[in-house]
Amino acid sequence: MSVDAATVRRIAMLARIAIKDDEVPPLVGELNQILDWVEQLGEVDTTGVEPMTSVANVSAPLRADDVTDGGKGDDILANAPDAREGHFTVPRVVE
Amino acid sequence: MSQLTDLDIAGARDALAKGDVSSEELTAAYLEAIHEADPLNAFITVLPGKAIEMAKESDARRRSGTVGALEGIPLAIKDLFCTQGVLTTAASHILDGFTPAYESTVTQNLWNAGGVLLGKTNLDEFAMGSSNETSYYGPVRNPWRLDDAGGRGGDGLVPGGSSGGSAAAVAAHLCAGATGTDTGGSIRQPAALTGTVGLKPTYGRCSRWGTIAFASSLDQAGPMTRTVRDAAIMLGAMAGHDPKDSTSIDMPVPDFEAALAGGVNGLTVGVPDEYRVDGMPKEIEDLWQQGIELMKAQGATIKPVSLTRTKYALPTYYIVAPAEASSNLARYDGVRYGLRVPGDDITGMYENTRAAGFGAEVKRRILIGTYVLSAGYYDAYYLQAQKVRTLIAQDFAQTFEDVDLILTPTSPDQAFGIGAKTDDPLSMYLNDVFTVPASLAGLPGISVPTGLSGDGLPLGLQLIGKAFDEETVLRGAYALEQAAGFTAKPDPWWRA
Repeated sequence: MSVDAATVRRIAMLARIAIKDDEVPPLVGELNQILDWVEQLGEVDTTGVEPMTSVANVSAPLRADDVTDGGKGDDILANAPDAREGHFTVPRVVE
Repeated sequence: MSQLTDLDIAGARDALAKGDVSSEELTAAYLEAIHEADPLNAFITVLPGKAIEMAKESDARRRSGTVGALEGIPLAIKDLFCTQGVLTTAASHILDGFTPAYESTVTQNLWNAGGVLLGKTNLDEFAMGSSNETSYYGPVRNPWRLDDAGGRGGDGLVPGGSSGGSAAAVAAHLCAGATGTDTGGSIRQPAALTGTVGLKPTYGRCSRWGTIAFASSLDQAGPMTRTVRDAAIMLGAMAGHDPKDSTSIDMPVPDFEAALAGGVNGLTVGVPDEYRVDGMPKEIEDLWQQGIELMKAQGATIKPVSLTRTKYALPTYYIVAPAEASSNLARYDGVRYGLRVPGDDITGMYENTRAAGFGAEVKRRILIGTYVLSAGYYDAYYLQAQKVRTLIAQDFAQTFEDVDLILTPTSPDQAFGIGAKTDDPLSMYLNDVFTVPASLAGLPGISVPTGLSGDGLPLGLQLIGKAFDEETVLRGAYALEQAAGFTAKPDPWWRA
């Protein structure tokens, strides 16, 4: 499997990263170089092997369904590039 | 004043306890050393006012009889840990001006133990790199340099990455100790390249809460220090269960410093043949053999072991880590913090912000990660990598039924010149070939400086241990350190 220019544009769109036309050819080359190299994993027999989801062999901890934090509205908005009246502000999304 | 910065953590602790020096004096000496070391570019942010204030508070606590494990010790913090009220950048343009309203658990633990914050150290952008050249704030220079007759280190040498700023700061005595984070080797590899000690604890030993995420199933914080004893002291303060991080394991934190005295007599140390890679310089092979002899001379039994899937660790890592990174870095969209670049609509704003805010290596990894997780490729790449990861972890688990520790080189080569590998991502990735396998298995590993290359640059050996057995790792590392007697220091050219 190898990526072409259209695939690079598509994954850049999925990743929400704008790329210019002149950035596409070098990315095609770099991504293919890396993908060719990781292809070697295909030669490992993984029949019946469980995929690893966590290195720690423990079950996920549970906690009481209680509010332990809150009242941090100002803290949450403090670093926003644009915040007004207690909200994050973004370009209009609904006409 | 410069004499004070020669004190390591244990030495400073003793001098402070005896009243020979105050934390304020010690902190002032380090701030002066940092000021003189501008050419190293080891720090993104230096905090002279805050450091002196914290040192004065520490001196006051000491007078009142309250003394923590790191009381009054000046530390540097990798700029991946959120520090309340202090600029935190992950070395990325996209986090411009980000000042967290909260403190990471690891740094809070250090301040609770009495530590003093000198500043935030430089790193590879979002910890993605093996040379500290991907930082938006420019590359860090290794305090060690080549005698440049051969023209190989014209712009200086890399300190390794991604915790290169912390490694350089420790090696140049700009702090008593520093924090690093290790995803695929980002603590151990820079430690090896700068002649310092770097310890990656077991995954889950230190909380990841408030540490900017790269690859969540791999990221782990650890200490970077001048000695193994200092690593033990610092880890004791950093570690511990944190209910705020569901991957933080609820286990007691042992007295790591007390474990050092154990020695290696009676331990079995495994030596895996698969860590002899093509093109590895003979001096790395010789260093490894020397380490084996030193362990043997102290009573350890050496046992050849086989970790058959070692060669698949690096490609597995370069699927798993970018996949997780592509997901973790989705939060940087110009809405809640950092950089915002306008666009025609909200999607355009996201795309422009991320295009301008991320550097080339971060973009490359996000794109790889997005690709291997995308429909049609998920099973072939991501799922297969997760299965191979299981096999790699099983190899280690099986091997550790017969041995207490595994001894390997830390890095396949000495520090290289800035710019030497930036055009070749794959060749850069190979620098972590010996550290990545233990990361995939979540195991603790340490790098100890044990010798110099023919060029006079430091080289390190790595010890890998069983999960949550940092005590044996530290015992082994201490024995190796004492036997190797590595005392070389970089010539302080940066002060000139």
